[in-house]
Amino acid sequence: MKGEVPSLEAVSLTTTFRTRGGSVARAVDGVDLEVGQGEVVALVGESGCGKTTLARTLLGLERPAAGQVLHEGSALRYDARSLKAYRREVQLVLQDPTGSLNPRHTVYQAVAEGLRVHGLGGDEQARVAEALSRVGLRPAERYFLRYPDELSGGQRQRVVIAGALVLEPKVLVADEPVSSLDASVRGEILELLLRLRGELGLSVLVVTHDLGLAWNIADRIAVMYLGRVVESGPTEQVLADPQHPYTQALLSVVPETRHVEPTVLAGEPPDPTRVPSGCRFHPRCPALASGEAEAAGVADDCRSTTLPVLPAEPVHAAACFLSKARQGTLS
Amino acid sequence: MSLLRIEDLSVTYRTSEGDVPAVRGVSLEVEAGTSLGVAGESGSGKSTLAGTVLRLTPKTAAVTGRVLLDDEDVLSMSFGRLRAVRWSSASIVFQGALHSLNPLQRVGRQIGEPIRLHDPTLTRRGVDRRVGGLLSDVGLSARLAQSYPHQLSGGQKQRVMIAMALGCGPQLIVADEPTTALDVMVQAQVLDLLTALVRDLGVGLVVISHDLSVLATTCDRVAVMYAGRVVEQGRAEDVLHRARHPYTRALSAAFPTIGDPAARFAPRGLPGDPPWPGDLPSGCPFHPRCAEAEDRCRTEDVRLRSAPDVPGQQAACVHVGAPGREVAP
Repeated sequence: MKGEVPSLEAVSLTTTFRTRGGSVARAVDGVDLEVGQGEVVALVGESGCGKTTLARTLLGLERPAAGQVLHEGSALRYDARSLKAYRREVQLVLQDPTGSLNPRHTVYQAVAEGLRVHGLGGDEQARVAEALSRVGLRPAERYFLRYPDELSGGQRQRVVIAGALVLEPKVLVADEPVSSLDASVRGEILELLLRLRGELGLSVLVVTHDLGLAWNIADRIAVMYLGRVVESGPTEQVLADPQHPYTQALLSVVPETRHVEPTVLAGEPPDPTRVPSGCRFHPRCPALASGEAEAAGVADDCRSTTLPVLPAEPVHAAACFLSKARQGTLS
Repeated sequence: MSLLRIEDLSVTYRTSEGDVPAVRGVSLEVEAGTSLGVAGESGSGKSTLAGTVLRLTPKTAAVTGRVLLDDEDVLSMSFGRLRAVRWSSASIVFQGALHSLNPLQRVGRQIGEPIRLHDPTLTRRGVDRRVGGLLSDVGLSARLAQSYPHQLSGGQKQRVMIAMALGCGPQLIVADEPTTALDVMVQAQVLDLLTALVRDLGVGLVVISHDLSVLATTCDRVAVMYAGRVVEQGRAEDVLHRARHPYTRALSAAFPTIGDPAARFAPRGLPGDPPWPGDLPSGCPFHPRCAEAEDRCRTEDVRLRSAPDVPGQQAACVHVGAPGREVAP
């Protein structure tokens, strides 16, 4: 990825919401992230960690309070015309295909809608047919007049992906693309995403809480907690040798890795209107609670020193005082 | 005597488009203090099976076989008896806690409702005390009784559903997809809670899920359903790691082992979709999606057979054991 302009980039991105009580929720709180050309990046975290808000900000659906979104090196502008052009290049695939398809639209209408919105004439039928065959719905003509309720869950998700592909985007942002699908269908859809990356050179950002999915398809992984990326790097390194106690805990509770002693964190991530001081994970951190951080002499830092934002570079890095101390690189 | 014994259960929904056999001859057993996982995809009949335990199937469904709860057949009980059994002998944690709670009622009142109905002599304060105790049993603060569902997170709502199911001290709890739509960390919390109930209170637990790996880590035994039948069952560990049915193997491969080089950039799925129960393939219902299918799989509707090499495990596949070793369903 070095030397190449990333397909999609977040630079010190911050997205805030004002709550009814008047306080400010920092849903995305300073994130640097890159998705290289033809790269699959998994953005992983629990509900409420800000991963969906980050994805929406990258898509131009939310305006950042600070920072920038770059597409192929140029900053996203928020006038209607630029946004429309941008949304052709960067397409969203949502979680639940049943909810994202209009039940009264045929497959053809669902896929052709984007072409019409963007005023792309030409041979509409040929483009729709091509997009449908790309996602494995062949012969495409047989699907044209079918309605979503006549399709299985996996076929519906394929239609949703075809609707994104028909605009020939450069980037797909997929928010939990398989979480509502049956187990046996899940692998098929993930395989499709990998194939599209191979055939079309698509860049893919997958937003998910599923580490197994990341292991299946992602080149790189970024773990988010409370609005920040706390660990990122090549998937093999992050999942085989997680540095951040949060990543370690997440990994330990995946059912299939239960040969590791599971670290079940109590409670849920705190509310983004009240981000803890120091390391934002410290109130739930098992390494701080067990005294490991104390023994390494970093406990005070954990509680009160602000951590720098992790750089977007594709090297393995964690925003954790303890892991830094262990590597002996604490500044 | 088993706590729950399902014998040759069949459920057929009668629809305007003909009969839809959702469950086709299922037999299962759960002992007190043990847990059984039922794995399956949409349309496999697993949720219908869960509903029959408390006779919650719609009137349009034709049900045959027996569902014995403490040796008493739920299917032939009088309605009055059934009402007494629901919640107090067996209770269900329904799928989608996020939608199963009444948004206009405080959760404490909802947890208290079955308790009040089953023991009208309890005072209001008595019910409140029980509700507070139940909330702390499931790891929530008793203060949450005053909250409305929208004020709770997904994991908290699921705990509320479990507290409600525990309210009348049932011996059997059926949890239908208890962790779907929950995050991994919250999922782990809820699964730990369920296994603690089995261990500490000695309840029998049936967990229904599409995620075989979740079941294998939570339950003692696992049964895998496909097209309305149990196609494989045995000790949880064995079903996950020594599956004898090709469908079970495909299901376990769908959730990769992190760190397994074979799964890296190689997501595995099954071609095709689960069959529509109203239009099942001939022979083995799995044969159109099976990589190991032979000619005879198209015609031979094979029932569960004992796997000779894995004690206590059975699978419904022609390739299991020697012919003639079929066991009665």
